[in-house]
Amino acid sequence: MYVAVKGGEKAIDNAHRLMAEERRGDPGTPPLSLDQIAGQLGLAVDRVMTEGSVYDRELAALAVKQAQGDLIEAIFLVRAYRTTLPRFGASEPIDTAGMAIRRRISAAFKDLPGGQMLGPTYDYTHRLLDFGLADGAAPEPAAVGAAPVERDIPRVAEVLGHEGLIEREEPGDGAAPGDLTRQPLAYPAGRDLRLQNLARGDEGFLLALAYSGQRGYGNTHPFAGEIRMGEVAVELVPEELGFPVEIGEITVTECQMINQFKGSKTQPPQFTRGYGLSFGRAERKAMAMALVDRALRCAELGEEPVSPAQDQEFVLSHSDNVEASGFVQHLKLPHYVDFQSELELIRRLRAREAAGPPGGDGTGTREAAE
Amino acid sequence: MTSSDIAARRRWMGVLAKARPPEIDEAWSALGAPSGYVHLRRPETGLAMVRGRMGGDGAAFNVGEMTVTRCSVRLADGAVGHAYVAGRDASHAERAAVIDALLQDEERRASIEALVIAPLERAQAERRDMASRKAAATRVDFFTMIRGET
Repeated sequence: MYVAVKGGEKAIDNAHRLMAEERRGDPGTPPLSLDQIAGQLGLAVDRVMTEGSVYDRELAALAVKQAQGDLIEAIFLVRAYRTTLPRFGASEPIDTAGMAIRRRISAAFKDLPGGQMLGPTYDYTHRLLDFGLADGAAPEPAAVGAAPVERDIPRVAEVLGHEGLIEREEPGDGAAPGDLTRQPLAYPAGRDLRLQNLARGDEGFLLALAYSGQRGYGNTHPFAGEIRMGEVAVELVPEELGFPVEIGEITVTECQMINQFKGSKTQPPQFTRGYGLSFGRAERKAMAMALVDRALRCAELGEEPVSPAQDQEFVLSHSDNVEASGFVQHLKLPHYVDFQSELELIRRLRAREAAGPPGGDGTGTREAAE
Repeated sequence: MTSSDIAARRRWMGVLAKARPPEIDEAWSALGAPSGYVHLRRPETGLAMVRGRMGGDGAAFNVGEMTVTRCSVRLADGAVGHAYVAGRDASHAERAAVIDALLQDEERRASIEALVIAPLERAQAERRDMASRKAAATRVDFFTMIRGET
């Protein structure tokens, strides 16, 4: 247990000044601008927006700078900042079918209506360090196609869903979804709350869980049905207007995983779906989220929950890196009183052991266990 | 308001919200830096919870929030304008609200449309077209090979 301590103000103040100096680095080099971070470290910014759970490139770039590139610290800064702002309302659900597509691929369907666009990707690179970048070489300009990508390209499940071979989503009853920033999570959590939790969850944690599922901890056989990235409009209904207005566009990455499903008593054999959605170009995160979403649907699909990725209490209560980091890192704070009492307990136990068993009736052993 | 009025207002409010800050500054100058309005609500930054749908087309869920700045103004002639603009730019929201108020007057509307809204919308369409054509240049056709084929 952490007990409040006094003192150390001067040392803490000086430690923060030292940290600020270290963060600045060599004063002979130019300081980083937020535009540089947002523009050239864009995927770091995307991760901070996704897990910080606030879409604002400039804020996320500032957080990355302030945290010296420690993304979990940056996510914490964004989460703290959001608590200072009022909530104006919730958007209309974004329409990813209307996305201005910059990347769209499918590993399951070769000839997808609308086609596949690789977009900006590290896929198919050789992962060789590019020393040209170290010298600040300008890139070759991107190729420009003769015509744009078609508008309103349907999502893969809509293309193939009508045969009934892929599960359809229920449209929902229009009720407001649960919001875990407003009320604490209770178990079992509905899919709305699970998806919200996963959307802001730690990429590394979800990646490891998704990987565990692929390796056999949970019986999944997934295909990346469709991954798409691009801009979607966000619409809000201001109370003074009563109709939706577009407040801007955001970049999102969406992943539709398709899993083999042998069927149950109530459902025929078909492909089932897992869903991932992230801010920006957090593609690995969206894929991991989709796999974990599918794993957590085990109860609904009549599957025996046997592995960690299928255990919603385990997954949802450990996915948040701000909470996890706080609880792990609080061990650094002074625990002197706590430690002192445990030290005394150990001394007492050892003294009793050295004095020998009291009368051989076993009570000494029981007391120690207590 | 009729449904076509609503559609027209939704369009220009969306165009104003998506404009880049230097473009809003330009539009503001083109309109002669309007004055003589009062704030019904000073520019205020807050959050909107962005919702998505399960599987893209299912029931709604909360994805995460985004910053948004809003502002409401009233002109001397009584016209009221509102703005809800993604981000934290107070000046952008205020100017968008004033332009929304100016557009309420049907006599002024055609000239503001030609001077501000149409050029902004064109610039947005051009940016979208360029991004889309760059994506189109990465269109890929994969061919499935028979095992052993090279």
